[in-house]
Amino acid sequence: MRHLMSPLDFTVEELDEILDLARKIEAHPEKYAHVCAGKKLATIFYEPSTRTRLSFEAAMMNLGGNVLGFSSAASSSAAKGESVADTIRMVSCYADICAMRHPKEGAPLVASLHSSIPVINAGDGGHQHPTQTITDLLTIKALKGRLGSLTIGLCGDLKFGRTVHSLIHALSRYHDVTFVLISPEELRIPGYIREEVLDAKKIKYKEVVRLEDVMPELDLLYMTRVQRERFFNEEDYVRMKDFYILDKEKMKLAREDMLVLHPLPRVNEISVEVDEDPRAVYFKQVQYGVYARMALILTLLGITVE
Amino acid sequence: MLNVGKLNEGFVLDHIQAGKAMSIYRDLKLDKLDCCVAIIKNARSEVMEKKDIIKVECDIETLDLDILGFIDCDITVNIIKDGEIVEKKELNLPDTIENVIKCKNPRCITSIEQELKHVFILTDKERKIYRCKYCEEKYGEKR
Repeated sequence: MRHLMSPLDFTVEELDEILDLARKIEAHPEKYAHVCAGKKLATIFYEPSTRTRLSFEAAMMNLGGNVLGFSSAASSSAAKGESVADTIRMVSCYADICAMRHPKEGAPLVASLHSSIPVINAGDGGHQHPTQTITDLLTIKALKGRLGSLTIGLCGDLKFGRTVHSLIHALSRYHDVTFVLISPEELRIPGYIREEVLDAKKIKYKEVVRLEDVMPELDLLYMTRVQRERFFNEEDYVRMKDFYILDKEKMKLAREDMLVLHPLPRVNEISVEVDEDPRAVYFKQVQYGVYARMALILTLLGITVE
Repeated sequence: MLNVGKLNEGFVLDHIQAGKAMSIYRDLKLDKLDCCVAIIKNARSEVMEKKDIIKVECDIETLDLDILGFIDCDITVNIIKDGEIVEKKELNLPDTIENVIKCKNPRCITSIEQELKHVFILTDKERKIYRCKYCEEKYGEKR
């Protein structure tokens, strides 16, 4: 039995198989509409999340399965002091697979150690969010046709943004990838990502402050939100949140086939006027998130469709 | 110099940094052993000026000394049998460390679940980097 804790749990080949399966689901959703009939997905979310939980539930429903669960710690036994280990032992009796989000880092790993059903990490604090990374990879592969030979701009909060860290880890396994890291000085990529991933694997990268300067060289621009909860004082947050705003003017500098991705929710870092631009694919990315989770559920349940 | 009797079987941990003997006593969980343990603090040393020494009289299979490699690779471990030194044990970094050091990341699951073991995994042997099994926080990283 396999669990998913980090996007690197899968080899590149295994990940390719999941992405291929997701593309098949996208092409023929009707073939997969009942393959999980009689199966149940438990979504156990100890903190609120709209997108991820709905995406998991939609994925299971699209496969003909059922869902159950809770969406905040207050409405679970955690409020009574139940441990993660005990909760997952109980959930294992009710469901066939489980997606867990928890504010504490490593909680899904603890669950996986005591579970008799596959556990998917649906986000643990600032640590990992593997299904977002698989979604990002699927979006890139589907719309660009490849995961290698790309120049990828990552823009915004590169210090605290876990989606950015996971994406760098995952993409650094592909051939000829160049990163352009665009952030204010205060929100630069952490030293350990630079040393242990980029430098260790001899990945090409550069760090810049101005987005305009690098727009023409990018194949992809991955925008991120500056998160209010990461700042100790409001003044710093207000200064940082408006540091990058992607608008029509900046999009004019980009290549015609450059894509804009964003893990969402956005605040004001992408102006709504950009939504109409065909290169803005962040809402398509949400749809790919459902296909990616469908492929993942099938893979972890060991269900194959001829 | 103070004399502590010769061991028949057990270990002598020599060249411990002066002042560190008590923390090693705790890390090796020597308090749990029902055998004779001698702690010598601030013994004179030609090389170190001052050093601590721990002598443990027990079956040589009883103790797991791997953790010493993490604490201080320069400690000398003499294994004694029949009153003689039969081996000088070479210290290596252990692959995992359980319940010796604690994860200090306030966002780690170990910060709220008291029953969980604190487990660290050696992720980079060359740079002696240990990371928390759960949150992957590097041990000793300043927050």
